[in-house]
Amino acid sequence: MSTMNLDHFVVLSAILFTIGSIGFLVRRNVIVTLMSIEIMLNAVNLALVAFNRAHPANYSGQIFTFFVIAAEAAEVAIGLAIVLAMFRLHRTIRTDDATLLKN
Amino acid sequence: MNVIGSLYFYVCAAVAIAGAIATVTARNPIRGAVSLLVMVVSIAGLFLALSAEFLAAIQLIVYAGAIVVLFLFVIMILGESSSSVHDKKRIVSRTLAAALLGAVSLGAIVLVVGVSTPLQAPRIRAGFGGIDAIGRALFSDWVVPFELSSALLMVAVLGAVAIAKGDIKRPLESAATTPGSASEEQP
Repeated sequence: MSTMNLDHFVVLSAILFTIGSIGFLVRRNVIVTLMSIEIMLNAVNLALVAFNRAHPANYSGQIFTFFVIAAEAAEVAIGLAIVLAMFRLHRTIRTDDATLLKN
Repeated sequence: MNVIGSLYFYVCAAVAIAGAIATVTARNPIRGAVSLLVMVVSIAGLFLALSAEFLAAIQLIVYAGAIVVLFLFVIMILGESSSSVHDKKRIVSRTLAAALLGAVSLGAIVLVVGVSTPLQAPRIRAGFGGIDAIGRALFSDWVVPFELSSALLMVAVLGAVAIAKGDIKRPLESAATTPGSASEEQP
């Protein structure tokens, strides 16, 4: 196990981040957009843990992943609350229809 | 990496990519949430391969146990209107943009992998990434951010309750009749 190649993990993380960013930019459904953000944050977490495995002198990467997960839970709670409020106002959850601040 | 390790990695990676693609392309958000769950579980498996056992457990508890369930709750509250109708508007430009972004990212990945030196995993001490070691790091060097994250979660809970509570006035009708005068209305 001492010659484990960590490049695969980083490449997988980049691929997942690409998929998440494409979903974030292309989809118009707010819930799917939030899920795309989750995919991107998961990809970043994977890269952080892989780099921590490459430099195992301390636990900076894993601790940072821990805080990213905490911030992510907060983000999802707030984001889904905003989705509910938006649905109450507009009766829709398409991002195209969220134009309250436009005028 | 030995054969079993490689096989484990490739199975987890394939499941993660399939789950991510299914999440992004899901028309029905319930399916998207379940695909997200699949991706999260396979990422937890990859954390195990990177000897981050504590984070694998946290990943399962927080994501599979809390975040995906929260998504499912909201989708069920929204009901039928949470699924996206088939969206023909600017479908060509959006598909082109997605393809371009994917191609550029793949090219960048290939380029970086081609020029970089391989990232080797050095030998680690026993107990690396276990709850004992992470707990010691968390409560010695990282105790201030750890306590601050509890404040963050508290604020997030209060904010979510305040936003989702539901006594929001409906400024839409006034905005439709007199644009520009609706912004004074605050919940």
